[in-house]
Amino acid sequence: MALLEIRDVVKRFGDFTAVNHVSLAVEAGEFFTLLGPSGCGKTTLLRMLAGFEQPDSGEIVLDGQNVASVPPEKRPVHTVFQNYALFPHMTVAQNIAFPLKMAGAATDEINRRVAELLEDVRLQDFAKRYPHELSGGQRQRVAIARALVNRPKLLLLDEPLSALDAKLREQMQIELITLQKEVGITFVYVTHDQGEALALSHRIAVMNQGQVEQLDAPEQIYSYPKSRFVADFIGQCNLLDASVTEVGAERMTLEISGVGACHTLPVAGAQPGQKGCLALRPEKIKLGASLPADDSDEVHFKGRVHDCLYLGDVTIYIVELDNGMLVETMLPNSAPGRAKFFDDNDLVELAWRFDAGHFILA
Amino acid sequence: MSKPVYGLGGRYAKWLISAPPLLYLLLFFAIPALIMVFAAFRFPGDYGGLVPLVDVNPDTGARELLLTAENWRDFLTFENFGRFFEDSIYLELFLKSFWYAGLTTLICLVLAYPLSWLIARSGKKTRDLLVLLVILPFWSNFLIRVYAWMIILGPQSYFSRVLNGFLGIFGIEPVSLLFSQFAVIIGLVYVHLPFMVLPLYANLEKHDMSLLDAAQDLGANAWQRFWKVTWPLSLPGVWAGVALVFIPALGMFAIPDLLGGTNSMMIGNLIKQQFLDSRDWPFGSVLSIMLTLSVLLLAAVAAWAGSRHKKKD
Repeated sequence: MALLEIRDVVKRFGDFTAVNHVSLAVEAGEFFTLLGPSGCGKTTLLRMLAGFEQPDSGEIVLDGQNVASVPPEKRPVHTVFQNYALFPHMTVAQNIAFPLKMAGAATDEINRRVAELLEDVRLQDFAKRYPHELSGGQRQRVAIARALVNRPKLLLLDEPLSALDAKLREQMQIELITLQKEVGITFVYVTHDQGEALALSHRIAVMNQGQVEQLDAPEQIYSYPKSRFVADFIGQCNLLDASVTEVGAERMTLEISGVGACHTLPVAGAQPGQKGCLALRPEKIKLGASLPADDSDEVHFKGRVHDCLYLGDVTIYIVELDNGMLVETMLPNSAPGRAKFFDDNDLVELAWRFDAGHFILA
Repeated sequence: MSKPVYGLGGRYAKWLISAPPLLYLLLFFAIPALIMVFAAFRFPGDYGGLVPLVDVNPDTGARELLLTAENWRDFLTFENFGRFFEDSIYLELFLKSFWYAGLTTLICLVLAYPLSWLIARSGKKTRDLLVLLVILPFWSNFLIRVYAWMIILGPQSYFSRVLNGFLGIFGIEPVSLLFSQFAVIIGLVYVHLPFMVLPLYANLEKHDMSLLDAAQDLGANAWQRFWKVTWPLSLPGVWAGVALVFIPALGMFAIPDLLGGTNSMMIGNLIKQQFLDSRDWPFGSVLSIMLTLSVLLLAAVAAWAGSRHKKKD
């Protein structure tokens, strides 16, 4: 049985339904992420897991016990807060010792565990410092150590990296993954940063308007988004409006409005005449001055470079097709002796394989 | 980066700005305090005041200093201090005043803490209204408010009659509320309560509520959340309130005068008596100095205890 099961949970604030019939299960030892834009209900769901909010209906089953009405201080669940919420009047060691003291642990045990955790987060030399004497990354590590010290069954992390600058955030992501493997505690992580979610998680629940849009492994979510929202929210994606013209066993034919026909992989339940969109990642599209048309699995379109965004390692080209539609593509700047491939207004050809995109039914 | 340019020229500006209050304090606090210290070593004059050090020479009409290296014993003395320590009555009065002020401070703290917490946690509009209500009594004169208490506690008041009627049911003799230690404490608490509420409110209002969430999340119950988080973080406000209540309460003379009986005199009353009734300025000065010294001593002990407590952790 899963460590944590959320069963049909609903939470309303007045007229606003923050969490709308959400059910999901988190396995022991998993790094699970709730991802979504602000106001999607992810934080409310997290607060219900911590115990700060009670669900209006549904069950939250932790380790076989319904904890929906158990107060936060009685749950074997700890939270790393967005602003860390370190106690300013306590040293690093006192902060980390706090949960153990509340649990009534013996002094020896407290000292031993605090020393262990200080080592885990590499803050041995900072035990006697106060929070205001630490950098953002160090405070973050204290907050994590404090939440882990008495081995909760579940660690909740509420956008813990959002206050850090980009470089430090990346470093902390690596530390988080390592730490989670080391301690083996189940992490439920809340973020609105899709890159962070993809990098950290075993599984991601993408939330929108109080509901889970898709629950899958990061690569599934990225490659096979189930809805327009997921495709659009996770990474960059071309969403080409199309309708189904023919459904075969291995191929499905689409008519992309105003551009032409193309093949794609069939999706369950698709019928000729149905509308939807083809989700096509920029990096799956081939781009060249002219591309050999020898592969029948590919579809080709002509266009003109409308804009380019030079990012250093790659350049993003926005290509305008003959009918005026804009398609985003990406090329690594890997050509020796050249900074990039094309300039604005260059005539180019686009191509993608039938299995490059993923059709989403409207 | 270039230095910002101030209209008055940076260096002199700070002196120019601080000169008026400095001058004021020098003239009306520092110099009078020094005069008082000096007065404590002089003899009282025959009709009050002090034995003069300067006299007009009847022959020349010039003012001359009477004090010389030979006759200083006729003008300066330690006797006034001796008198303070000779009779235990003064020390007892000091202790009693400390007890009154301490009790007042404690009652104010116990009453003000939950009130301040409540104000700090209310919505913006309610908060402003409640703070206004706390300072509202300042809009009327202090003495008038104390007179009001004389009426409230007086034997003819509804309050006294209902209370005594109630006590009568159990066969208890009627009590007189006014002119008692009870009335003095009531008055002291009433007058000083806002001085405890305001610094506490200012402190509690700034508390980061997510700390309480964190403490609860980490296993602290309501009692632990208060004693481990809210209380230690509110200590600066508590100390400010304690100082603002204890020190003025210690020197208070109007309230014991008006509400107290014969046995509820405080140091303030004694000092007032020395200066205005007995017209013994030197001894009044001695009492004032001892009062100041004892407050300083208390503050020093508190600071020492505080630093020791911090080291222990």
